[in-house]
Amino acid sequence: MTDVLTRRHKAGGARSERPTTGNLLHARGLTRRFGDILANDRVDLGLNKGEIHALLGENGAGKSTLVKMFYGALEPDGGEIVWQGKPVVIDNPASARALGIGMVFQHFSLFEALTVVENIALALPDPGNMKALAARITDVSNDYGLPLNPQDVVADLPVGIRQRIEIVRCLLQEPQLIIMDEPTSVLTPQEADRLFLTLQRLAGEGCAVLYISHRLEEVQRICHHATILRHGKVVSECDPSLETASSLASMMVGSEVVGVNHGAMAPEPGPVRLKLSALGAPAATPFATRLNNIDLEVHSGEIVAIAGVAGNGQGELFDAISGEMRVDPGMVVLDGAPCGNRDVTWRRRRNAAFVPEERLGHGAVPGLKLSGNIVLTRHGTGDGLVGSGFVSSARAAELEQKVKTTYDVRMSHDDPEARSLSGGNLQKFVVGRELDRNPGVLVVNQPTWGVDAGAAALIRQALIDLARSGSAVLVISQDLDEIFEIADRIAVISRGHLSVPEDARSMTRERVGILMAGGAEKKAGRA
Amino acid sequence: MRIELVKRKEHSRKMALLSPVIAVGLTLAAAAILFALSGTDPLQGLYKFFIEPLTDSWSVQEIVVKATPLVLIACGLAICYLSNNWNIGAEGQFIFGALCGSFLPIVLPDFETSLTLPLMLVFGALGGAVWALIPAFLKTRFNANEILTSLMLVYVASLLLDYLVRGPWRDPGGYNFPESRLFSDAATLPLIGDGRMSIAAPVAVLVAIVLAIVLARTLKGFEIRVMGESPRAGAFAGFSAKRLTLFAFALAGGLAGLAGTMEVSGSLNQLLPTISPGYGFTAIIVAFLGRLNPVGILVAGFVLALSYIGGEAVQASMGVSDKIASVIQGLLLFFVLACDTLILYRIRLHSRRVPATGEVSRA
Repeated sequence: MTDVLTRRHKAGGARSERPTTGNLLHARGLTRRFGDILANDRVDLGLNKGEIHALLGENGAGKSTLVKMFYGALEPDGGEIVWQGKPVVIDNPASARALGIGMVFQHFSLFEALTVVENIALALPDPGNMKALAARITDVSNDYGLPLNPQDVVADLPVGIRQRIEIVRCLLQEPQLIIMDEPTSVLTPQEADRLFLTLQRLAGEGCAVLYISHRLEEVQRICHHATILRHGKVVSECDPSLETASSLASMMVGSEVVGVNHGAMAPEPGPVRLKLSALGAPAATPFATRLNNIDLEVHSGEIVAIAGVAGNGQGELFDAISGEMRVDPGMVVLDGAPCGNRDVTWRRRRNAAFVPEERLGHGAVPGLKLSGNIVLTRHGTGDGLVGSGFVSSARAAELEQKVKTTYDVRMSHDDPEARSLSGGNLQKFVVGRELDRNPGVLVVNQPTWGVDAGAAALIRQALIDLARSGSAVLVISQDLDEIFEIADRIAVISRGHLSVPEDARSMTRERVGILMAGGAEKKAGRA
Repeated sequence: MRIELVKRKEHSRKMALLSPVIAVGLTLAAAAILFALSGTDPLQGLYKFFIEPLTDSWSVQEIVVKATPLVLIACGLAICYLSNNWNIGAEGQFIFGALCGSFLPIVLPDFETSLTLPLMLVFGALGGAVWALIPAFLKTRFNANEILTSLMLVYVASLLLDYLVRGPWRDPGGYNFPESRLFSDAATLPLIGDGRMSIAAPVAVLVAIVLAIVLARTLKGFEIRVMGESPRAGAFAGFSAKRLTLFAFALAGGLAGLAGTMEVSGSLNQLLPTISPGYGFTAIIVAFLGRLNPVGILVAGFVLALSYIGGEAVQASMGVSDKIASVIQGLLLFFVLACDTLILYRIRLHSRRVPATGEVSRA
């Protein structure tokens, strides 16, 4: 698909110059703080009428926070929004809609049991007569090349059509600004092409589009202007058509080189401890990602990191390796033993350990005490926790104390419920619980997500130490700083395809960015 | 003034113990209002309903007789509910278990050995388990909603019972009354005391204690609690949701079937068109009132049994409809579920806020 896009773009495309017909929205110094984190730090952004404006940035750069303030879902802590020359307070989505701001979410908010027209009527302040509304839906949707049958029940419709409903719902309110959050992430290439035509038509009519996407080639193809956020700040603005995908990527991820410290470089790679061969699995739900023919070998002594934008198959890959999703036996091999069809306890007994992305509700049970959460992943691994069916709470408490002191898990009183721990402390606990076993193979998804710098350093050091002691460590992360800090080899996952891992010393951020933006698929496709 | 629920950081142990007490208190208050509305003295009504049955040996024994099946069924249901399996069909499992348990004394009345009673109990438990495994299988295989399927099977079982006692299993010497022959002595549970109390009562206590230990101390109990609270984490722990569903339903059905067999063998001594005053449904209240904890269920079963006897008492002595017992049971469940909120949330009272600018524009 990306090949097609590039070719079209180079052949001229339909994109025109940035319109300068007038300023529609101007954000001045918008600031929003979550706890200690500045999600948006004095962000300035100008939107002109009739332009398609890309908002680019890594995960956690503050894109969602910013558009939520435009849509009234979050209130800014500082700064102001100027709409058509007048300062406005947008304190809820209804007032955003009243101003003429519409938003199409990445995950749809539709009632599956209702029809198209019923869903749209629910979102309109004054839906009026249902028959008339259905006729309007038919007209507007045909007019914009997004045909819809108002009487269809949503449950029966594919994802692409569901997105159309959201878009038409926006259009019916005759918005002057449409915000789209990764609209193509759920679309087929053909559906995406149709969407682009609609967006161009809207822009031609003077409606502005604020377009969030990680697919840089799309952005180059249809966007007039781009604003790039990093760590909550605007780092640059540009005309994407004058840039290359790699220069855009370097603006997104920051080209400044951080003090890379691999610890002792990996010794000569040892034997393969974790092997994925031709790992594939269909998408289980409309929002899941299909895994395509993934090959990977992780050797004793090394850390392999998988970079990628959220929702490109990381969770599915993790589930297949941990055994929560079963695949063919030979697709996952642990220390030479095929185990794709084995359960997670079997794999743990083979000295593998897993840390999922979601701490609460996946890695730990919120209402269980920490000692109970020790039992959760270690009941079958010969830690003396279970004897003839009975759980030894004394042993669980002992291990809990050990993990707590070794990994500096801070708690208000002894052995609290998991839900009462802060995110960083719980992360130290769930990582520490597995590291304490000294596993031969460790797979970690987002090892330091939302963890403060000190705790993150502690966790990363522990991962490096584990690898150097002869284990194979696979880290799945969206944090490029982290990846460059700890990885020996780096691969990139994009739409369920995995690129061939490359040596971290020769890998560059630009290259990772290109692979993230679809290059991994081409690479995997060719291989 | 505005009432706000604020989430607690952890479960409150104090509230876990206090909330059933609050619920009982609110139920008493509501019952007093009900008595007043029906034109009787509320205090006297409460006394006759809740206290007087406890002052008499015969009615205390009757309470135990009624509490026994409630406790057995509720213990099984607690396992189901803790593991997120919504078995509403214990009444059907109770009836079908009773049918299977009655097979020997009705169809083979001459088989009278020391094996008769144990075999009946085994048949009863197996029958109840099989009946419960139907919705469990439909859930695991076809993702069918177990609430509906288990509930519908209640009616199938009770119509089957009705057919059998009016048809093939009718007592040949019973003047065409719709009831089975009386069970032989070998098929009758040994009685305790001077009333209808049988050894079923200590069996129920034993089952509750064993299940309490299983839940609190074993890996199986751990699995049940984890799967109920967080199925995703349970899968991560390597537990199978499907296997646990089959296990929980089979256990609950087995205990309900056992209760059914002990009811017909001990208290009734024959099959009748109606063998249960809704034990299987009342046990749902018992399970929740007992905090899904087998020891709590022992207490709760006694309280609910008291409401049956109390209902009969106020009808006999004060002329209040005995439907009041069902109403009070329903109120109790309602208040128990409502008060459970307090375990993970605390109530904060807000005096009216000065409307912020945002709310003005919203209006």
